[in-house]
Amino acid sequence: MALTLLEGNEAIGWGALDAGCRFFAGYPITPATTVYNTMLRLLPPSGGICLQGEDEIASIGFCLGASMAGLKTMTATSGPGISLYSEQISFAVGSEIPIVIVDVQRLGPSTGSATKGADGDIQFLRWGNSGGQPVIVLAPVDVKDCYILTRHAFNLAEIYRCPVFIAANKEISMTRETLDLDGLNKPEIRNRKTADPDRPFLPFATPEGRLTPDFLPIGGDRLVRQTSSTHGPDGYITTDPALIGQTQERLMKKLESAVDGFTFFDEETVPDADTLVITYGVSGRAARDAVRSLSGTDRPASLLVLKTLWPVPEKRIQEAAAGYERIVVVEMNLGQYVREIQRLLPGKDISFVGRMDGELVKPGEILEVIHG
Amino acid sequence: MDSLLNSSRPPVFCPGCAHERVVRALDQALTGMGLSGEQVVIVTDIGCSGLFDTFFNTHAFHGLHGRALTYATGIKMARPDLTVIVTMGDGGLGIGGAHVLSTSRRNIDLTLLVLNNFNYGMTGGQCSSTTPQDARVGSGFLNRIERPVDICEVAGAAGAAMMVRASTYQKDLVDQMQSAIRFKGFSVMDIRGVCPGRYTKHNKLTPNAIETELSGFPPLDHYAARNARTEYGTAYRREAAKLEPVPPPARIHAEHQAPQSGRREMVILGSAGQRILTAGEILCLAGATAGLHATQKNDYPITVMRGHSVSEMILDEHEIGYTGIENPSVVAALAPEGVARRKKMFAGLSADTLVLAAAGVELPDTPARVETIDFKALKLKSPDRALAALARLAENRRMLTPEMLDSALALRFKGRVLEGARYVVETGRS
Repeated sequence: MALTLLEGNEAIGWGALDAGCRFFAGYPITPATTVYNTMLRLLPPSGGICLQGEDEIASIGFCLGASMAGLKTMTATSGPGISLYSEQISFAVGSEIPIVIVDVQRLGPSTGSATKGADGDIQFLRWGNSGGQPVIVLAPVDVKDCYILTRHAFNLAEIYRCPVFIAANKEISMTRETLDLDGLNKPEIRNRKTADPDRPFLPFATPEGRLTPDFLPIGGDRLVRQTSSTHGPDGYITTDPALIGQTQERLMKKLESAVDGFTFFDEETVPDADTLVITYGVSGRAARDAVRSLSGTDRPASLLVLKTLWPVPEKRIQEAAAGYERIVVVEMNLGQYVREIQRLLPGKDISFVGRMDGELVKPGEILEVIHG
Repeated sequence: MDSLLNSSRPPVFCPGCAHERVVRALDQALTGMGLSGEQVVIVTDIGCSGLFDTFFNTHAFHGLHGRALTYATGIKMARPDLTVIVTMGDGGLGIGGAHVLSTSRRNIDLTLLVLNNFNYGMTGGQCSSTTPQDARVGSGFLNRIERPVDICEVAGAAGAAMMVRASTYQKDLVDQMQSAIRFKGFSVMDIRGVCPGRYTKHNKLTPNAIETELSGFPPLDHYAARNARTEYGTAYRREAAKLEPVPPPARIHAEHQAPQSGRREMVILGSAGQRILTAGEILCLAGATAGLHATQKNDYPITVMRGHSVSEMILDEHEIGYTGIENPSVVAALAPEGVARRKKMFAGLSADTLVLAAAGVELPDTPARVETIDFKALKLKSPDRALAALARLAENRRMLTPEMLDSALALRFKGRVLEGARYVVETGRS
């Protein structure tokens, strides 16, 4: 085993490069700037493109254009930038443009604290687009996840033609950490499915039995239409309620029906435990320490660390929680994802541990709640 | 090819709308240049001008209001061979003004056609960024108290070299468009015309009046020479080609034995400019040379060259969970700024904790064992103290060993910097 020392944001950059990312555009913002720095170091010498937009809206706009020209693209920002991305994110959702969006969360609201961590954007990432269609959000726990989940994010963006978020946090992204890069279980690279050259091409038509349209790049030898307006399979504006309804239902179903195939999580199951700790992101680290410290005591607890947050991996959460009376949800905010847990696990005794002051949730705080 | 117009989707503008003439002129310009639909992308935004892409058999990208230049930039960078035409109205111009400025500064090879009809046609004829102050529009008195923008002058000031103020009705509109499209760089055409559905219901504006007004504007010719330069994408590719590929991240093999086992935490409390973060990184690298996992979490203000700099490291033979400091093995107190930042920590330190304090730095009361280092007597400057503190620890085989530290230095530094670092270590260990 050999160890490599990387910052989380650097690992995101390497994960992107290794996933086939060839276009990055961003606007510097602490704590996401080092993703941009890394891409600027990696992409131009390898034939890729890295641009600095005049603002966040331009940066993601560059990416959407380049993605439709066939390149794998990524952008990175923090909460204030996600606000500015919002309309473009809705576009990418509704018009099925693959893109990986890194949100290195910092303490909000608004400008907030540039150098303090938080997981305060977890509901915002899901609901920050007009129309409310689903998105994919993956949450890394450590530098390994920064690398691996970024690779997964590119694959998912390609397979489902959608924005995929990496919900990082200053506390992971700007923390240096060792990892065994060669020992990681790396997913195979996936590319968007191109349309059959022998069949007529409609930019938003889905082949029989599939929910994602085949792709052809803008600039290829067959004409491609992309539009942010409500469209039918031909990419022209439509006012036909039947066509509109079909597309909207497809957009929802293509991700929500597929989440079992990309539910990433860590689990530590302890026999005879009556409590399950559910968490995600950097809080997964404190939760793991807390749960392990209870091993062999008379009140052990089990752990579920979710790495796929949206669509909510409902099946996994319900199965994991089935044998427990008590659930303890830990988040680096004042209670966001706990709403999903409450929705999914009615009748269970659900406690919440969280803070929103820029400090990590400590293992001791989790233990106090586990002990009741 | 006779036409790139989409015969199944004829223009649907209001009767008499200037936009329809521009659609036909653009078709003649493109076909006259011998371009096929596959070679052209029409990028549009919202409003009446946003319908343009639907009338053509070309590649089409219709996006958000004011943002067309952003998509066009991404497309052109990805596919420099394509002819990329951007249309926007005076609405998109107002929304996306920052993108017009930046595209002018970049000089990327796009052609922007501003369909300027002096008001917002689709939403009820409100004032836009180009509405004359004496016009009667749907925004009450508001247009009377702000000035219209001359986008060609603005683009020139921002670095564009090819601007054309044009009338929809001028005879050489097609020629002018072709010149703009052929230009190797960013070109802007401010194409003025009437909006019969809204604007000319309350304002007298004729083709003649437009031409008369155009003749009164100052000329733009001087920008051609002043702003002439290499196109952005060409310049980008030329610069990128000079860069060396980046080697993959270093793999560090375990070659040393760590002096202790279990989780060991260290906090360095310093100030900006003391190379605190570098010292923290070196401790992590040193750990890796003994096969230890390491984390480094930093705390510093958003400003540079002033204020505290705090670095918190953990070494452990197991993967590290919580990255916060719970019970530090060592605290290096090197500057008052860092100590002030963590002053609450000192009272809670255990008697096993070693505090390495720079002479002259006052500490809060603490049960920890304090060892003072007189860096001045050692002739070690402030930026070298954090590394010297690591050297002292290595000498005491606490957290790391001299061998681990030296391997870490060799991973992090080269040449004379490495020599300098080794000198600091040699001086600091005593």
